[in-house]
Amino acid sequence: MGIVQIAIVLIVLILLVKPIGTYVYHVFSNKQNRSDAVFGPFENLLYKLIGLKSFAGMTWKAYALSVLLTNVVLVGIGYIVLRTQNLLPVNPSGIDGMEETLAFNTIISFVTNTNLQHYSGETGLSYFSQMAVIMMMMFTSAATGFSVAIAFIRGLTSRGTTIGNFFQDFVKAHTRIFIPAAVLVTLVLVALQVPQTLQSTINVTTLEGDTQSIAIGPVASLEAIKHIGTNGGGFFGANSSHPFENPSPLTNVIQILSMWLLPAALPYAYGLFSGNRKQGWVVFSAMMTLFLLFLTTVYIAETRGNPVINELGIDASQGSMEGKEVRFGIPQSALFTAVTTAATTGTVNNMHDTLTPIGGLVPLAEMMLNVVFGGKGVGIVNMLMYAILGVFLAGLMVGRTPEFLGRKIEPKEMKLIAIVILVHPLIILGPTAIAFLTELGQGSITNPGFHGITQVLYEFASSAANNGSGFEGLADNTPFWNIATGIVMLMGRYVSMIAMLAVAGSLAAKQWVPETIGTFRTDNGLFAGILIGTVLIIGALTFLPAVVLGPIAEQLTLR
Amino acid sequence: MSNHTDQLRSGRTSLLIAIRAGVTFIVLCGLLYPLLCTGLAGLLMPNQAGGSLLKNGNGDVVGSELIGQKFTDPAYFHGRVSSIGYKADASGSNNYAPSNPDLLARTRASIDEWKQNNPEVPIEQLPIALISNSGSGLDPHITPESAYVQVPRISSLTNLTEEQLHSLVKAHTEDRDLGLFGEPRVNVLKLNMALQEMISRS
Repeated sequence: MGIVQIAIVLIVLILLVKPIGTYVYHVFSNKQNRSDAVFGPFENLLYKLIGLKSFAGMTWKAYALSVLLTNVVLVGIGYIVLRTQNLLPVNPSGIDGMEETLAFNTIISFVTNTNLQHYSGETGLSYFSQMAVIMMMMFTSAATGFSVAIAFIRGLTSRGTTIGNFFQDFVKAHTRIFIPAAVLVTLVLVALQVPQTLQSTINVTTLEGDTQSIAIGPVASLEAIKHIGTNGGGFFGANSSHPFENPSPLTNVIQILSMWLLPAALPYAYGLFSGNRKQGWVVFSAMMTLFLLFLTTVYIAETRGNPVINELGIDASQGSMEGKEVRFGIPQSALFTAVTTAATTGTVNNMHDTLTPIGGLVPLAEMMLNVVFGGKGVGIVNMLMYAILGVFLAGLMVGRTPEFLGRKIEPKEMKLIAIVILVHPLIILGPTAIAFLTELGQGSITNPGFHGITQVLYEFASSAANNGSGFEGLADNTPFWNIATGIVMLMGRYVSMIAMLAVAGSLAAKQWVPETIGTFRTDNGLFAGILIGTVLIIGALTFLPAVVLGPIAEQLTLR
Repeated sequence: MSNHTDQLRSGRTSLLIAIRAGVTFIVLCGLLYPLLCTGLAGLLMPNQAGGSLLKNGNGDVVGSELIGQKFTDPAYFHGRVSSIGYKADASGSNNYAPSNPDLLARTRASIDEWKQNNPEVPIEQLPIALISNSGSGLDPHITPESAYVQVPRISSLTNLTEEQLHSLVKAHTEDRDLGLFGEPRVNVLKLNMALQEMISRS
């Protein structure tokens, strides 16, 4: 039954890739279509409100600048709100203003679509902050990433000097994708018992006569955008394992599909932009192959369970249930774990810190590779970057000038790609080393032995990949962790974003080379294999030593 | 030179749009969206939106069917381990890694306690889910097996037969969603409410 229910979710996903990918293409190709009549008036109102008059395409520099300016404004306002939430309205639980390094970390965490949470939702945020900062950023950071991915695809597949208008993309991502989808999913979740109320706590007398105060709030509307926007920051500390956030296996499936559909549909949209759908399916199948590899690993590892506990003579046939919920069991927990780190959402329905070592290796490795579907925008951009790298390597092997989608790949693009490929491990492994060398870092490790190494590695991998899930045992709300992960999240988001926009701008401006019999094809199974190989080889070369010290060593010592 | 001033002007335009966009989207996504959702949810589905509260025979709210409660009385069915003691103003667990010695110690203690309170049921039948900490610390469910193994204890402490209790558990076992997703489960609070009623009736 476990495998059947997982397979059905995968089949539903694959069936929806084409319609959703087509819809995304129509939204951003900016050609007239039927949905204009529905969304046009609302969009025109928004264009007026933000003062957008010219819809002319932007160069990659102007596009990147617009992205940065918009994000800086949101960070500024959001930071002030978090620091002064005690003075602002809608604060029924009387929550204090946020401490400065925590506010710094929180605001960066949400503007970068990471949603690493060093605060706890129940006690750290007023309702006003939950709504005006957290929920708002869940929309805007997703729309930002999505727009950048579309602009990157445009650069790869069109000619000229411009890659689209950021503000137009940003507005349309909200009006035609995120807002309607979020309202719909909210209502479905409420129907399936996720609360949505402005009340703050409910006090009850339990069956045994104790008192229990139950934290509640506008949960459903946050859950909807948390997954659709691949954000992952939960309303409650326990995130999607909390029964109010995720009350049943059915809501679990809806949350999985909500976070997975858009990233999975983007390769198809890319195929449509490039005028050759096979290009999209090649990227999709490379992502899916890697995903299935990871999913199988975590499913088997968790079903086998923890040998230390299994030896105690109890009925351990269910697998490792520590940190998991009964309603989800192993299958829905393993699937959720594999998807949340693939789609860089970072929402969790079980505690990743408590996964078996090999089970915990899966989310860690997915964040280290950062190409298996990926969150709003990041995944497809990174995968296409590996595609260019793959073409380059294949070109070197046969001694031809590498070409991708009819454009020559030259030193300028390769240098930019090299920067992106090097920065990712640098901002994971560098800070991990610093954390181990200092008292400030070491002091936060809560699990002894090799697992402590994984805790630290996971925290920085999650920040760098803008994922946001955590090995939550780590006591990370200290100035050291707040500032260190804040910087890593910033670099993880913007260095690659700007470099890849530059690659797109450079490729768009190039002469097209006509396709000949000698052209290396990028739309067949062979190339899918090269792509997977490139990703795995680069990933293994970079991260294997660190992984051996953490989860693999822990697994070997469990007996 | 003119190119330079052009760039400057377009940069300034972008900044102005960015500021106006910031304010617009805070109002739209941060306030209008959640308030619209709250309004619609409260209007269409007030019970679900309010937290699916359970009331006893007198009409008093005794809890939410989604939030687990702490049961210590051995005559009740017990839920899973919760490091936060089912205090629902917070949530979470103590995140023990599989190699953490504290995990082993806690599990051993649970097994010893089980042996003491349930001498009729050997530990080979004790399901792992019952003595492991849920992720939220508020898990409202146990597996059906976890309920059945508690039947002998509860039967010996109440005037109910094992058969009566078995059928009670069976009646409260929820199937997988759509017969497909998730795991079969028993809601401990609902089960204990029914148990209480059964005891008071007999």
